Amino acid sequence: MVETQLLVVGGGPAGLAAASAAASLGIEVLLADEGLKLGGQLVKQTHKFFGSREHHAGVRGIDIPNLLLENQDKVNIMSNTTIIGCYEDGVLTAVTGEDQYFKIKPQRVVFATGASEKFLSFPGNDLPGVYGAGAVQTLMNQYGVVPGKRVLMIGAGNIGIIVSYQLLQAGIHVAAVVEAAPNIGAYLVHASKLARAGVPILTRHTIVEAKGTDSVQSAVIAQLDEKWQVIPGTEKELEVDVVCLAVGLSPVLDLLSQIGCRRKYIPELGGDVPFRDKQLKTSIDWIYVAGDTAGVEEASAAMVEGRLAGAAAAAQLGADSTEAGKIIASCQASLDSLRRGPVGAKIRAGIAKLEGGCCKCLNHQA
Amino acid sequence: MSRISEHPILKFEDKPVINFTFEGRKLEGRQGDTIASALHANGIMVLSHSRRNKRPRGFFCAIGKCSSCLMTVNGKANVRTCVEPLVEGMEILRQPATGGELKW
Ligand SMILES: Cc1cc2nc3c(=O)[nH]c(=O)nc-3n(C[C@H](O)[C@H](O)[C@H](O)COP(=O)(O)OP(=O)(O)OC[C@H]3O[C@@H](n4cnc5c(N)ncnc54)[C@H](O)[C@@H]3O)c2cc1C
Ligand code: FES
Repeated sequence: MVETQLLVVGGGPAGLAAASAAASLGIEVLLADEGLKLGGQLVKQTHKFFGSREHHAGVRGIDIPNLLLENQDKVNIMSNTTIIGCYEDGVLTAVTGEDQYFKIKPQRVVFATGASEKFLSFPGNDLPGVYGAGAVQTLMNQYGVVPGKRVLMIGAGNIGIIVSYQLLQAGIHVAAVVEAAPNIGAYLVHASKLARAGVPILTRHTIVEAKGTDSVQSAVIAQLDEKWQVIPGTEKELEVDVVCLAVGLSPVLDLLSQIGCRRKYIPELGGDVPFRDKQLKTSIDWIYVAGDTAGVEEASAAMVEGRLAGAAAAAQLGADSTEAGKIIASCQASLDSLRRGPVGAKIRAGIAKLEGGCCKCLNHQA
Repeated sequence: MSRISEHPILKFEDKPVINFTFEGRKLEGRQGDTIASALHANGIMVLSHSRRNKRPRGFFCAIGKCSSCLMTVNGKANVRTCVEPLVEGMEILRQPATGGELKW
């Protein structure tokens, strides 16, 4: 049994920031991450980040983990290690690689497990060649392998548009981007870069079917009416070998569900999200959440939430309360400022629903 | 082999070759590959078949979450090939959906 004061699950921006904040307050931290390389979503991002400068905007995503890891020799890092169980007696089970199983008994846990991709139903969606946007990025940007020759992108939110651009950078043809909504959801700077490169972005369009025997050989797209129904006769068949799904993310809650944290369905935050207080403590006293797990947002907010949860857990573990209090207050202030304005409206609405709803109905799935 | 050779931001130098076999065929991967990335680079997209309808399965998430890429590696069934690093001499086999004869 491995013992530690704080266990951080997940080494993306949120988990790294949580570990570093707690370690800077003198807490003994163990950070477990499933990946071979730390950084979570960041290791795949070749673009310069949007967001505020103090949270590394302008730095390419792939370079951010190094910045977050500065002064972190007090953090014990376990990569290639997945947390697979979380039990009421405070024990978590873990596996390194495929078969080295062990137990961890921490005094506090921060879950920063990120989000996973939503799926879409259409005939042929199980064919090889129908890949999540994250997988396409992993393959290209981490392993340098070409995912296919011609790609149909589903979804014109930030992820769909950015991954399309990354495909072009890797020399791969993007046949089209289809988006069911009437508008492009992504930041227009990125969308216009794509349009300038000659990639059609078709709003009010969807995929109807992926065709192929052993893998995708073509895809049928069609136009949608105001009621989101396919307009008959508008179907078009595109010759593509990859269909890339970028239709949203939802928080990874498997372990939090296992232990019975209260949750609530809030579409603005990506689906089911864990209930938590202003210091990111869940309904269970020894468990905190941060980053996309606490509600799908973006990397700057994930880093600030990580720092906040790390400092709050450290304070509970007996760290200097003035120092921890300073970090907590400054993080809460920067979250408010990150979520200000029209861009943050959706997140603010989601959080208001979460905070307004501490009633019995939160228990419905616990 | 379909690997990215030129990229405006990332550098993919020629990394050392790793030899392995897939269904008895000799193939080459590169240092740093996972099993699935090496297979994909060799044009192999079908990693297994579904249980009832025997439909082809490739990877989907590439981060060890969806079980779409399970294969038999060096005789061991149900290895998540999208996260398992490729090692010299590995023998990779497609497997029936459940991983073949279950030994428990
Ligand atoms: C294509 C794309 C472009 C983006 N561009 C931007 C941008 O320009 N600016 C911006 O601010 N944001 C951007 N984002 C969003 C940003 O990447 C995420 O909001 C951010 O990474 C969330 O951080 P996180 O730490 O919560 O989760 P993640 O980065 O997802 O990290 C979660 C980590 O937890 C690990 N993990 C999960 N489960 C377990 C387990 N059971 N045991 C151990 N480890 C586990 C995972 O391996 C992973 O490393 C982008 C996202 C994508 C997909
Ligand atoms: S592709 Fe999803 S687990 Fe390997």
